[in-house]
Amino acid sequence: MTMQIMEGSIAVAETVRLCRPQVISAYPITPQTHIVEGLASIVADGRLDAEYICVESEFSALSACIGASAAGSRVYSATTSQGLALMAEVVFNSAGMRLPIVMGIANRAISAPLSIWNDQQDSIMMRDSGWLQFYAEDNQEALDLHILAYKICEDHNILLPAFVCFDGFILSHVYESVDIPDQEAVDAFLGEFNPYQKLDCNDPISFGMYATPEYYLEFRYEHDQAVKRAAEAFKKYGKEFGEKFGRDYSELVTQYQMEDAETVLIAMGSICGTIKDAIDEMRDAGKKVGLLGIRCFRPFPSEDLRALLGNAKRVAVLDKNVSLGAKGAVALEVKDACYGMDLPIYDYILGLGGRDVRKSDIKNIVALAEEGKGDMFYGLREEVL
Amino acid sequence: MVDRKLENFDCGHRACGGCGASAAVRMILKGAGENTIVVSPTGCLEVFSTPYPETAWKTPWIHSLFENASALASGIEASLKKQGRLGKEKILVIGGDGATVDIGTLCISGAFERGHDFTYICYDNEAYMNTGIQRSGATPYDADTTTSPAGACSTGNNRPKKDLPQILVAHGSPYVATATMAYPMDLMKKVEKAMNTPGPCYIQVHAPCCTGWGFDSAKTMEIGRMAVECGLWVNYEIENGELVSQKKVKRVPVDAYLQAQKRFRHLFRPERNEAEIAKIQAIADKNAKKYGIDIE
Repeated sequence: MTMQIMEGSIAVAETVRLCRPQVISAYPITPQTHIVEGLASIVADGRLDAEYICVESEFSALSACIGASAAGSRVYSATTSQGLALMAEVVFNSAGMRLPIVMGIANRAISAPLSIWNDQQDSIMMRDSGWLQFYAEDNQEALDLHILAYKICEDHNILLPAFVCFDGFILSHVYESVDIPDQEAVDAFLGEFNPYQKLDCNDPISFGMYATPEYYLEFRYEHDQAVKRAAEAFKKYGKEFGEKFGRDYSELVTQYQMEDAETVLIAMGSICGTIKDAIDEMRDAGKKVGLLGIRCFRPFPSEDLRALLGNAKRVAVLDKNVSLGAKGAVALEVKDACYGMDLPIYDYILGLGGRDVRKSDIKNIVALAEEGKGDMFYGLREEVL
Repeated sequence: MVDRKLENFDCGHRACGGCGASAAVRMILKGAGENTIVVSPTGCLEVFSTPYPETAWKTPWIHSLFENASALASGIEASLKKQGRLGKEKILVIGGDGATVDIGTLCISGAFERGHDFTYICYDNEAYMNTGIQRSGATPYDADTTTSPAGACSTGNNRPKKDLPQILVAHGSPYVATATMAYPMDLMKKVEKAMNTPGPCYIQVHAPCCTGWGFDSAKTMEIGRMAVECGLWVNYEIENGELVSQKKVKRVPVDAYLQAQKRFRHLFRPERNEAEIAKIQAIADKNAKKYGIDIE
């Protein structure tokens, strides 16, 4: 293992290179740009033998991925925020067509007001699309999850696309020490792309036919079943990944200081790093606080969470998104998972549009949860209150 | 040589009797030849040919969305190129005018600018027929549609057809042509030429719709010929920006073509609307001059 210090986006681009996509189709958008620039350079320098399509919009970026994947190629794209919103129709369609597309999401807030900074509203907006959604805590996870995503998506028992989500700027633009795996090891892990079906003049089939009321329900059921099966595939291939690369991904939910935790924080993405530091300090002060990090949001690990929260006294969910008029998406899922348990679950909407979340904020939230105060936007400027 | 016996569009599909588009597609696939991968946007053709689990396509076919067929074709081309299949297998988009001149224009423009090797054919039935005869950018002047209805304050669609072929000529397309299903040999030859011309090629095919235009389903070919004979539809070829062929005719007034279709009947009742018919005649005259179709 050779550790290198590099920017998150470049680490992702170098990892995508190792996955050997044959077609890359992307449109630049902040803060995803360094990934697609990195990949363009890699292709221009002959370090990856791929077709790179500079499309005219995100809508076409993912549409071209559909065509290339259906024709029998491993494909890659990356986007964020408004780009993902523009793709919305294609996101749902590509999932329904059961194509194993992997797309990086450098998470960013959604307009209006315009914000280029981080939260997770963009990928959360696509939670019902039938794509798998994985969230990275740090840059090493961001690149590892790309490799793992191809493995899971291309399994003929799954055949689904996946978002690999990592917080815009906080991860995409930060320099961290990462291990970029060996090409041989990635080749051995992924193998060559083996499409279940493809557009082929020697064996003509029709893709993307429409379904009448007699069939549509069954297509949706089978899609839902495949998303659910992806949980076991994640665990299986995550374990295999650990054996090959030394970093275990056999769990959909990461745990920190959970053994005797009374107050359990639940969060996704880079905020988990800040939370761990805050927990260390709170533990030093005698507070029994733990963290569950949602690494796989789709499929949602309801059973895993239920089992892990058996001894908790209260839960504080930190949501970098909000379903306006309801709650944060993660909190809603956690409440559903824990229905019937005698367990208070509080939601805190925070960090939207790039608002900094500090260790002191985490400690304040734990104090609020202990007082039974939650289901709120945290850290608002006083003038709106 | 066009293989006229090739049948890659099977019988048993669900098009209306007398559908100009389905007849056009059958000829288009003969012209395209074997080893053609077809992309269809959402529309009449997609719906009448592929109700799961049935398909009329005997060649590989894919549909994704309404507006993204050109982007799909771009991805397929890149994939075939990478696999060493491009050339042995060719890519053909066949879409309606709504998918082509309206909602899909961004994707078409992008794909033509990038220069992907594929052919795009628009079957132009001059409105959104699949959803029930709504106006598109390809609907002709004064046509009565459900969203451009003729009425006390309206003579129907108030804009002329968008000239997408010329827009694609401006993209530097090596081959842009127009054709009609009413001249099958001409159509098939143009398709064959487009499929064998490297780069993004475009053909717009006049495809009369008996349901939407309001004529007897036995008269589809006749209506198609009448459009050409009056100059409201011009068959031409433009290679690398130069006009290289046009169908010359001994032009007749537009009246007979208009009168044969219910979508223009408001121009003739309760009384003849001379002013509006004159405007439509002027469109035909302009076409004739622009493309030099008049036989002196």
